[in-house]
Amino acid sequence: MSTLSSVVAPIFDVEKIREDFPVLKQKVHGQPLVYLDSAATAQKPFAVIDAIRRFHEVDCANIHRGVHELSQRSTAAYEETRAKAKRFLNSRSKDELIFVRGTTEAINLVTSSWGRKNVKEGDEIIISAMEHHSNIVPWQLLCLETGAKLRVIPMNERGELIMEEYEKLLNPRTKMVAVVHVSNALGTINPVHEIVRMAHNVGALTLIDGAQAAPHIAVDVQDLDADFYTFSGHKVVGPTGIGILYGKTKLLNAMPPYQGGGDMIKVVTFEKSTYADIPYKFEAGTPNIAGGIGLGAALDYITALGIEKIAAYEHRLLEYGTEALSQVPGLKLIGTAKEKASVLSFVIEGIHPHDIGTVLDKQGIAVRTGHHCAQPVMDFFNVPATTRASLAFYNTFGEIDALVGGIKKVKEIFS
Amino acid sequence: MVHDLYQEIILDHSKRPRNCHTMADATGQADGYNPLCGDKLKLFIRIEGDIVKDVSFVGSGCAISTASASLMTESLKGKTREEALKMLEKFHDLLTTDTAVSQDLGKLVVFCGVRDYPARVKCATLAWHTLKSALTNNTEEPVSTE
Repeated sequence: MSTLSSVVAPIFDVEKIREDFPVLKQKVHGQPLVYLDSAATAQKPFAVIDAIRRFHEVDCANIHRGVHELSQRSTAAYEETRAKAKRFLNSRSKDELIFVRGTTEAINLVTSSWGRKNVKEGDEIIISAMEHHSNIVPWQLLCLETGAKLRVIPMNERGELIMEEYEKLLNPRTKMVAVVHVSNALGTINPVHEIVRMAHNVGALTLIDGAQAAPHIAVDVQDLDADFYTFSGHKVVGPTGIGILYGKTKLLNAMPPYQGGGDMIKVVTFEKSTYADIPYKFEAGTPNIAGGIGLGAALDYITALGIEKIAAYEHRLLEYGTEALSQVPGLKLIGTAKEKASVLSFVIEGIHPHDIGTVLDKQGIAVRTGHHCAQPVMDFFNVPATTRASLAFYNTFGEIDALVGGIKKVKEIFS
Repeated sequence: MVHDLYQEIILDHSKRPRNCHTMADATGQADGYNPLCGDKLKLFIRIEGDIVKDVSFVGSGCAISTASASLMTESLKGKTREEALKMLEKFHDLLTTDTAVSQDLGKLVVFCGVRDYPARVKCATLAWHTLKSALTNNTEEPVSTE
């Protein structure tokens, strides 16, 4: 099988890239680590680790309002990440980018701030059948509170959204369409341009969950015209606890604050407070400064490699993996959309994913097993759980071969 | 190696679980659910006087949880309610502490390998948590490992 890898021209030097990721050099249970769980969290390059370390060693100070040197340095570094995120997402202004803990907080910010102000009884929110729990539960909470109705775009057996059904769900009561860009459980790349356009046609807003898209495909929020877009830092080789919410200026200006506290105000008296301009209005309290600076280094790293090259390389890996796994008797891929990125989710007849995961782990192969925080997806495919191998640009064709070899071993034990 | 966990007897019981059926004349039953892996189990028990006369289960789960349920049903027959609950305690200790392996557990000692796999302890204890629920008649909500 490894012959396949040798016939494709290299897009970039993966072995050299792997040198940037110290985690990848270790052995696990006596075997070289094969890390196939990047959809859960991506590994971090030295550039990110060093940026965080440098902040703590050299520039550590609280940001904003400090007149001393360290505070100015840390403020500049933190705010520079906002400028980097602007380039990464191609937003019109860096003021449209709010630092959050991650995608989950970003969605909760929108449901709390925009949702409570704008959603009323009888309104409708549309999500899809392949959402992560983080893009289901906050909307459910909003619907419970407001009396709005949650509607769900169904999917087909390949794990693709049924657009005709989506069209039928849209109506003048639709206030928001919140859909995942790339499914974490299936790998499906949704037609978000079309989804956004159709939502706008009935006057609805859109939120696109880009947690699994930002690490793998180019995102241009202006071209996409989404009203909100969000991603997590730790999935784009940055640290955990930091992420970005993009929102259109006009919307953000009209939204009430999300949390109250320091840094989000202009003037505070006991009678009344006035709020800071966007994006600071949504950023109460001392933020994750080190995380923000680490995210900046991560975006630099991804940008330097080139997201288009990353996408092209990962596509080859995915095709190779799909072909290799398809040849394993009794194995069924879950999620076979035409447009897919980086995820190989599968079940093997008669063997539970947790047993697969444990036996693979003993061979140094890290995969994720379970419902991937997408229980409705599992219900749809009528499986309790799947095994998911998820790919990043630092994975190799050899690692796919190792996975296939590992699965053979699993089958030997449980057959 | 991985065979410390998946010993022959565990593999055997996972592939051919014993007492894996519903029970028409059960005096108690309970549902168990492990939301982490989606394992579901329904336990049936028939108690006469204070003696466990019969235990069975149905459900879907991994090799560890299926084998654990299967071996549990075998071990419980003829035990009193109190003995069954004591067994649960000893089994739990076997999986979670470094104490010496209790000889009273009989075949169940094969699960001592689970100690080294903290992520899998809940798989092995699902049936036992469900048993506790069935014995204490707290059966309105499915017992969850989370």
